[in-house]
Amino acid sequence: MMTNKIWVYIDQFKGEAIPASWETISAAQYLTEQYGGGVTAVVAGSQVQEIAKQAIQYGAEEVFYSEDSTFDEFRAEPYASLLSGLAKEHGPEVILFPTTSRGRELAAMVAVDLKTGLLPDVTALEVQDGNVVATRPVYAGKLLSKAVCSTRPQLITLRVRAFPTPDLDDSKTGNLTEVPAVMSEDDILTKVAGYTESSRGVSLNDAAVIVSGGRGVSNNPALNPPDGMDESQVEIWRAQEGFKLIGELAEALGAAVGASRAAVDAGYIPYDHQVGQTGKVVSPDLYIACGISGAIQHQAGMRTSKVIVAINKDPEAPIFRMARYGIVGDLYDVVPALTEAFRNRLSS
Amino acid sequence: MKIVVCVKQVPDTAAKVVVEDGQVTWGDAPLVINPWDEYAVETALLQQEAHGGDVTVISVGGEDAKEAVKHALAMGCDSAILISDPAFENADSLITSQVLAAAIEKMGDVDLAFFGRQAIDGDVGATAAQTARGLGWPAFTLVSAISGLDPDAGTIQVERSLEEGRQVVDGKLPAIVSVVKDIGEPRYPSFMGIRKASRAEIPIWSQADLSLEVANPAVTWPEITNPPKREIVTEILSGDSPKEIAETLVEKILEEQVL
Repeated sequence: MMTNKIWVYIDQFKGEAIPASWETISAAQYLTEQYGGGVTAVVAGSQVQEIAKQAIQYGAEEVFYSEDSTFDEFRAEPYASLLSGLAKEHGPEVILFPTTSRGRELAAMVAVDLKTGLLPDVTALEVQDGNVVATRPVYAGKLLSKAVCSTRPQLITLRVRAFPTPDLDDSKTGNLTEVPAVMSEDDILTKVAGYTESSRGVSLNDAAVIVSGGRGVSNNPALNPPDGMDESQVEIWRAQEGFKLIGELAEALGAAVGASRAAVDAGYIPYDHQVGQTGKVVSPDLYIACGISGAIQHQAGMRTSKVIVAINKDPEAPIFRMARYGIVGDLYDVVPALTEAFRNRLSS
Repeated sequence: MKIVVCVKQVPDTAAKVVVEDGQVTWGDAPLVINPWDEYAVETALLQQEAHGGDVTVISVGGEDAKEAVKHALAMGCDSAILISDPAFENADSLITSQVLAAAIEKMGDVDLAFFGRQAIDGDVGATAAQTARGLGWPAFTLVSAISGLDPDAGTIQVERSLEEGRQVVDGKLPAIVSVVKDIGEPRYPSFMGIRKASRAEIPIWSQADLSLEVANPAVTWPEITNPPKREIVTEILSGDSPKEIAETLVEKILEEQVL
């Protein structure tokens, strides 16, 4: 059996790998140039042999996989005990995780088990004097910090979309090693009672395109609300009409729907959609901000987007200063026109 | 119920945080309680109101962390402990969690400890899970609702907000819970609360008080910088109609090759 120094953890949900997991393999391959050896992947679930094979095709040379009913729904405890046990046995230098909520929690717990440091949400890696020097945004991206871990293994979670997805090569072969679960159901302190999947379509975290709405989405006096609503109900109703237009544009682009804190706090849309310092920090290829003024807290959550488009009535809105393209106008006119224009161009 | 809530002091979210001469600075902006932690305080107080008991706010930090603790007291926490020691100065999340776990053990008989999802300065988001792991308690992270709590039976049920949806999880007390914004808007401190907080005696626990000897932090930050400036030339698009402007934008976006 090989004992590679660079490991990756493959996050999965209901038996399907989270795409960002593959990004850890390209980062791991870069590290093997410095540390030598190949890449070992670890995956656990109730049925994960297919994912283990995919990990080989994406570039891992060896996979430890564990199939057990205790891994059916994600709970950090049994996953952490499995991974910590394997790491104690084989002594990797580095374990990379995707920065999903599962990956972050798992890495945190493994750090306790192995008495080592954690470098979360990393956007760039290099190696100096045998240590990984990780770049990570802090203060919601207002600053960049270099971080180093002096203990082993170095546990690093990689920001989703910060590293490329390696090419899939289905002719590749490698070692698949099945390992047993470490914890029995009786020893696990939590039980999953249920799950409701969200209906919001594309997830903000790994979206390549995001269309976001702000306070301005409710600002359409021309809309006639149904009778019998009070003022605050009318505002919410108008906002929902506005977010319908944003949703249609997002659908045309295969995009996720985001929102500013002002829109979330006003009750226009659930918190799951909030982009910003106290929401999600995103980094899509294209970010279209509709009716968002661009407060510093919002900027912190989307400033690393590749191309930013701002649509706002107010030509003085700060969002225009960070946008590549700006449209000064009413989003109620511009957004539907944009939806139609994209539909026409993308279908042809 | 014996409830603990762990808070951190951070620069205000509206602060313009920059690096000058290698040092992080935020000008005149105030230090405030980490915004996520306000939700944790609110949740702790709501559980106390529903089930009785007392709420203690604790924080690891220097003297300046007192303001965060006082804010929590002003919101309604019964007592506070500041955990302060030169040995904790550059603590990473592992050390912070060891210190918090030791403090929770020293307090004794704690049923629930609440955390915010992450601190908005370091953005690490590991302390709650690490404290739970250190104590051997269940960790309920990213909780958007506490759907059941029975102190007599020692059981808790929560809803967690994850990327793919909401997960309902059952577990036993004592437990660690980290909360997200959906849990409910934090209350404002009352006038009486502010007066009480300003007079409160806040005991300080040192490393020796916790019978701890923490190691040197594994994680160090050799360099912190301002992000590279975005060289943005904003092009304001105009036209005779929304349709025309939209078509211009679509062409520009296609040229950028981001779709």
